[in-house]
Amino acid sequence: MAAPVISPEIDGLIQLLAKLPGLGPRSARRATLHLLKKGPSAMEPLARALTEAARNIKPCGVCGNLDTVDPCHICTDPRRDPAILCVVEEVADLWALERAAYKGRYHILGGVLSALDGVGPDDLNIASLIDRASRPEVSEVILAMNATVDGQTTAHYITDRLKDAGVTVTSLAHGVPMGGELDYLDDGTLTTALRARRPF
Amino acid sequence: MEWTDEALVLGAAKHGESSVIVELLTRSHGRHKGLVRGGSGGRMRGVMQAGNRVAVTWRGRLAEHLGTATLELIDANAASVLSDPTRLLALASLCAVASTALPEREAHPEVFLGALPVIALLRDDATDITHIAAALVYWELGVLGALGYGLDLTSCAVTGQTDDLAYVSPRTGRAVSRAGAGEYAERLLKLPVLTDPTPDGMLAGFDLTGYFLERSIYVPNRMRLPPARDRFLALLRR
Repeated sequence: MAAPVISPEIDGLIQLLAKLPGLGPRSARRATLHLLKKGPSAMEPLARALTEAARNIKPCGVCGNLDTVDPCHICTDPRRDPAILCVVEEVADLWALERAAYKGRYHILGGVLSALDGVGPDDLNIASLIDRASRPEVSEVILAMNATVDGQTTAHYITDRLKDAGVTVTSLAHGVPMGGELDYLDDGTLTTALRARRPF
Repeated sequence: MEWTDEALVLGAAKHGESSVIVELLTRSHGRHKGLVRGGSGGRMRGVMQAGNRVAVTWRGRLAEHLGTATLELIDANAASVLSDPTRLLALASLCAVASTALPEREAHPEVFLGALPVIALLRDDATDITHIAAALVYWELGVLGALGYGLDLTSCAVTGQTDDLAYVSPRTGRAVSRAGAGEYAERLLKLPVLTDPTPDGMLAGFDLTGYFLERSIYVPNRMRLPPARDRFLALLRR
């Protein structure tokens, strides 16, 4: 029997990389070859970074963000406005809102209510959100859920749960994106934009 | 094999990185699933929201395969109700009941056709929620009928009279008049007047359909009524 062309170590690396989002077996082979070609100068810092991340990064006990410290840097940053709490579905949404220069604090739900996937209120970080929103320093909760049926069902459920918390509940606007041309917009976005029209 | 049909989207679950498995309530092919390649991309995500009416083309080598589906949006129903919690939950309740009560790939065109006017009412801002609830109760009665568990609400099971029907027998699913109920009235389910709906009457209507859905479909299949329906009823009760 012929010896395998790829050694088990390289094959193992390919298999691991192929499990990452955005990478299939072919692109994992390319990434592995690239790393092997660059040698230790590329692989060792990557290995160190992965070890460090695995050892030190954990979810923030307050907002659910991923950071090396608990509470995370956003929760302890004195320059951030403690009166505004922005509720997002996942950490990726927090990173997206950071690009919009938002200066309040966050709360990460860890998903949305979903009939199909069997996700109920107890599976999400809703109880801790109600607790945080009820504190006197919080005056506004921004619901930044995706404009999907599940996202908006979750937003309405949270609005209902927050009615005794004494905070203003707001949500992100839905409609025409920057640079969007009406002719190219889908029916759903146009319908929502028309319903959310405002005096100009 | 290949077919084209119109359908309501009931839900979509991610499959791999870019595809989704969409669940549809089709007009002529019943509750049906299919793989939508590239379905989790930005362009298709809006199409695959529960309640949207779509044109579907399904292809599979064999009829029993999952097959691939291509969808084209006809009515963006979900977008019309996103901002209204009661209408959104009513839509979610309809989709959840269709998704859990109907068997897969068994054609029930009357269930699909019955859902369209309910969704039309949901999209109409002028319709009050009591009338929407009445339409939803009618639709759930239709689901029971389509699956062979229809209630006979035309005449009294005791006296045979066709007027003053106020109750339903939990055992037979037949209507009972006030006179026919007699001392058993306490043990019977209330039959609301669906043609002149009231908030309390609609809650009684959902209790009625919920009882028979649970007894005939959900309990035998070791399931419970969908939480989306419970949340809609909780909102109605307030």
